Formats: sequence, C-alpha cells, structure tokens
Amino acid sequence: MRREPPQTFADYSPLLFPAAMLTIFFVVPFGTMIAVSFFQRQQGGFYTPAFVFDNYARFLSAFFGGVLGFSMMMAIAVAICCVLLALPFTYLLTRMARRVQIVWLVALLSILSLSEVIIGFAWSTLFSRTAGITNILVALGLMSEAKALTPSFAAVLTGMVYQAFPYTVLVLFPALVRLDPTLTEAARTLGASPLKAFFTVVVPALRNTIVATLIMVFIFALGSYLLPQLLGRPQHWTLSVLITDQAIYQSNMPFAAAMAVFLVLVTLGLVALTVIAGRKGEAA
Amino acid sequence: MSGLALQNVVKEFGAFKAVNDVELTVPHGTFVCMLGPSGCGKTTLLRMIAGLDLPTSGAIRLDGEDITRVPTHKRNLGMVFQSLALFPHLTVGENIAYSLRIRGAPKEDQKKRVEELLSMIHLSGYADRPVSKLSGGQRQRVAIARALAISPKLFLLDEPLSALDAKLREAMQVELRQLQQKLGITTIVVTHDQREAMTMADTVVVMSGGEIRQAASPIEIYRRPADSFVADFIGQTNLIEAESDTRGHVTVLGQPVPGLQLPSGAAKATISIRPEDVHLTAPGAGALTGTVTFVRDLGGTIETFVEVADRQIVAVSTPRERPEVSVGQQVGLALTPDVCVVLRK
Ligand SMILES: Nc1ncnc2c1ncn2[C@@H]1O[C@H](COP(=O)(O)OP(=O)(O)O)[C@@H](O)[C@H]1O
Ligand SMILES: [Mg+2]
Repeated sequence: MRREPPQTFADYSPLLFPAAMLTIFFVVPFGTMIAVSFFQRQQGGFYTPAFVFDNYARFLSAFFGGVLGFSMMMAIAVAICCVLLALPFTYLLTRMARRVQIVWLVALLSILSLSEVIIGFAWSTLFSRTAGITNILVALGLMSEAKALTPSFAAVLTGMVYQAFPYTVLVLFPALVRLDPTLTEAARTLGASPLKAFFTVVVPALRNTIVATLIMVFIFALGSYLLPQLLGRPQHWTLSVLITDQAIYQSNMPFAAAMAVFLVLVTLGLVALTVIAGRKGEAA
Repeated sequence: MSGLALQNVVKEFGAFKAVNDVELTVPHGTFVCMLGPSGCGKTTLLRMIAGLDLPTSGAIRLDGEDITRVPTHKRNLGMVFQSLALFPHLTVGENIAYSLRIRGAPKEDQKKRVEELLSMIHLSGYADRPVSKLSGGQRQRVAIARALAISPKLFLLDEPLSALDAKLREAMQVELRQLQQKLGITTIVVTHDQREAMTMADTVVVMSGGEIRQAASPIEIYRRPADSFVADFIGQTNLIEAESDTRGHVTVLGQPVPGLQLPSGAAKATISIRPEDVHLTAPGAGALTGTVTFVRDLGGTIETFVEVADRQIVAVSTPRERPEVSVGQQVGLALTPDVCVVLRK
C-alpha cells in the first residue's frame, strides 16, 4: 500500500481536535511556565512580570545542581533495574500457557491501580524495624536482630522499581509476544544454549524496544516525588520534590517554574542523546 | 550402525497421538523426504529429531548413540525452519557465521567459512547485506548456508521451499539435491508436495495420521504403493475392486484378467492402475468396455475419462499414441496383470 501525503487542507482536518487539545492543555501551560520562570518574585508569595535570570542563576548553585544530578542518576538506576528485571520475566511469561499469562498480567495491572501513597506506606512498613521483613530473616536465623531498612537510598530505589515494574512489563510484552519463537529455536539448533540464545538473539533483536522502554521508565521515574520523601532521607530527595516544595510551601512560583523548565530541557537532551546513540549503533 | 534410527517413537499432545509408533532407519548420507498431508505429524517428528520436542516414548539414535534426551544445542545439526528464522539484527555473513561464533571459532576462520558458503550458494559478496534486503530465494539460500556452516551430521529442513513461487521452487529442488550429493550429508526434508519428494529423495517416507504408511525409493512408491492411501496420495491413480473366484481367477469390474493374482485366500482386493497404464483400444476383444464421458486435452498429454460399470476410470496418453475418441464413444480398456498393483487394503 502506498501512502499519499495529504493534499488539501481538509485532509488535515482529523488533526484539528488533537491539535487543539495539545495547544490548550500542553502548549499554553508550558508557555505560561516558561514566562513565569523569568518573573520577579515578591516577598509574601506574589510575583510581578519581568525578565530576569535570577531564578536560573539561583538554580545553578551547587546545591540545586547536585539535586538535579541525583534525580537523573536515580531515574537512570530505576530504568536500568526495571528493564533488567522485566526483560527475562516478560520473556518467560510469553512462553507460559495463556492462563498463567492472564493471571500475571491481572496481578501487574492491579499494582497500577495502587496510588503512590499506598505503595510508599506499604514499603515503609515492610522496611521498618518493628514490622518489617528483617523480622522474617531473624525468625529464619539469617539475621541476629531486626533493623530498619528505611530511610535509605536502596529503599527509595526498591519502591520506585516496584512502582515502574508493571509499566515496563506492559511495554515489553507485545514486542516479546510478536518475537518469532522459531528465532530462539534456530539459535538452539545452531549450538546456542537457551541462555546464550536469549542474549545473542532475543536481546539484540529487541534493541529498539529496550531503548524505548528505558527512556519511558526514566521519564516516569523522574516525575516521582512522594516515594523519595516517604522512603528516603532529605539527601535522597529528587528535583520533583524540591519543585513541589518551592511551588506549594515556599510560594516561590518563578523559581519552581525555572527548575521545571530546566528539568524538561535536560530530560529532552538526554533522550535525544539516547536516540542518536541508538541510531549510530544501528548504522554500525 | 552409522546413520539415524527412530525406534517406536511416539508423541502425544494430551490424549492426541501426533506421532504413532514410528520406526525408521536412515543410513548415513541418505536424502529422505517425509511426505504427507498437512497435520499428519511431519513437523512434530522432525522437531523430535532436532531435540526441540521430547518424544513421549521411544528412542532416537544417531550413529548408534542414543540422543533422545540430548539437548538441541549439543546435537551438532543444521535445521532450516519453515519460516527460515533468519536473525533480523544480523547481516547475511553474521547469520551464516552464528554457529561458528557460538562455538568460539577464530574470526579469520569464520570469515573464510562464510566466503566458502556464500560462493556455494552463489551469493558471493553479499556478506555485509542486511537479511531484510534479500529476495525470497536468496533468504532461502542463506538459511541453508547458515545450517550447513559447521558441517553438521544431520541436515533437517521443514517445508523449506513452500514460500517460493513454483518456478523458483523447482530450481531450488534440483539445487538442494545436488548440494546434498556433493556434501554427502544425511538429510531429512519435510514436505507435502509429492513432486518435490520425487525430485529430491533417495527414500520417500509417506505419512498419514502420525504413522508411516510406506518408506521406499520414489519409483517404488510410485510403481508399488503399499496401500490405497499411498497410491492415491502419490500422483493420480485409478482404485478399482478386483474379485477372485474359488479357483483363483481374478476379474476386474466383471472382466477376467488372466495372470493377475490376489493375496492367497483373499476374495476381494483393491488394485491401483496408473492412468498412463490404461490403454484405450477398440471395444470388445478381451478388454473392459466403457463410454467416454470427458476429454481433457492439455496439449502434451490427453486425459480421457471413461465410465465403466458406474466407475470413472482415467486414462492418460500422449496425442501420438492415443486413438481418436470423442465424448459418448464406446472404447475398450486393455488391462494386463503387470499394470495392476494389488494393494494391502
Ligand atoms: N504443541 C502442540 N500441542 C498440541 N497439538 C499439537 C502441537 N503441535 C502439533 N500438534 C498437533 O499435532 C498434529 C501434527 O502436527 P504437525 O507435526 O505440525 O503436522 P504437519 O507438520 O505434518 O502438518 C496436528 O494435528 C497438530 O494440531
Ligand atoms: Mg508442518
């Protein structure tokens, strides 16, 4: 089938509705935020229109730069952990009987229905000293006494991976189902053990899907602001936490807006880099 | 014994027997075609030989060694899948070198072997192309080269040519057969196309309902089919009842055929007569008599449909050897014992 480019203005009409929605709910608010990021803050929570770089200048201080770096690192760690866990899991899942697949997918979907608050409190209970999983280890004789595992970086990471895992599986699932099972069988007849076949055939054949999934989980994790507060120390707080703090508690809209704009720009830059790197790899 | 042996191999899927008690020996260097209608268990049998499926019972031996439970990747075989299963993320050369890379062969050796195989399949210079840029026939050849890279003990192909158009398929059949003879490799091809099987095989194995109906050379399968299924499945045939009286005199549709014998004691049997063995003569005089109901003139051959005692008999002849007949005319059909094959059932 050949695709003709649209000829007349009327051919573009199906785009009108989404274009209008995008303008009203994305372009306008984002434009407002960019404008506000240059405004002058007034004492007492108000701001006046202006064109100053104070907000950006303040952001470039060592403290906020550090938080930005930590947020990025955290999101990357979550993305990598999720894909590392979800890829073999989903691969095995696609090879199970239909009934088993449905049970697992329903279970994963039900995690999606949990709010971030519930996930946060559930994990902080599981990681607590009095009621946490260390008590089980003590009962099994693997640990001498129960201890608190939260607040800590590992606790934040665990909570965020738990939250993003179902999304990762759901994104990988269709691609893995569509992957021709005879590809791995062919690899096996050619002398590859099942594990080798997975790494030399399944993973490379799904490269683009894996990169896309990494980017999706990365962006998803970047927006998380409750779990770092519930499971981490202040030094584990992400930029999203600080933005919320500035916007709501410090009433410093211009500075919050400047941080948000910066976060968007850096994120776009990272995603672009990943895509370019992916293209290069493909050409090689 | 050198070669492949299947001993009482059974494969059940739940209560369903996909392969039922298969017994077969394939001497080293033989080209075997498994032939049968769709769903008769050919793929299942091939997958068990490859180790991709485990038999429910029975044993598979290769060169005397029991390999029934040896995992696929330790069997040193080459297999071409119906879907070809070329790796989309690798180039032609990388696809062919895959089995060598997995075994850790040095880079230069891999390169040399790839060159060798590419020239064997007439695709020299294609090593760096992505497989998606190849035509159907070229992909076919690459899949064959990839399976042969390690010089396997056993070469298995599951309907390898079914995706190609008719002309290319016939050319590839000849090529595949010549390649196999050059390499002297034990080869098993699954197909549902009897022409393909006749073209390539040393031994044709006709299967139906998970069982082997007959295993013999193509010409014997054609000339001496074991039962009515084989006779009907391989080429075109006329299946007719023959009767024997107590003195052993056999009649076919009421016409005595002196010299024809049924298995001792049998009063009835089915016989198979190939259309090209039915000779049209003038009516009467020691032949079946019938009425011509249809004539199909295909240029090279003419098929004449003759109705004898409510049965349709087809005769095929070349324009030269056939007398002029037209629809509605009475003709005689000469039957000699040597063209009547008595079937088992
Ligand atoms: N994994 C399976 N589970 C259940 N039934 C199967 C399975 N594989 C094959 N079969 C059945 O076994 C029979 C033989 O299949 P197959 O060997 O693929 O036939 P062929 O290759 O001769 O067309 C078919 O009736 C098919 O439905
Ligand atoms: Mg099949």
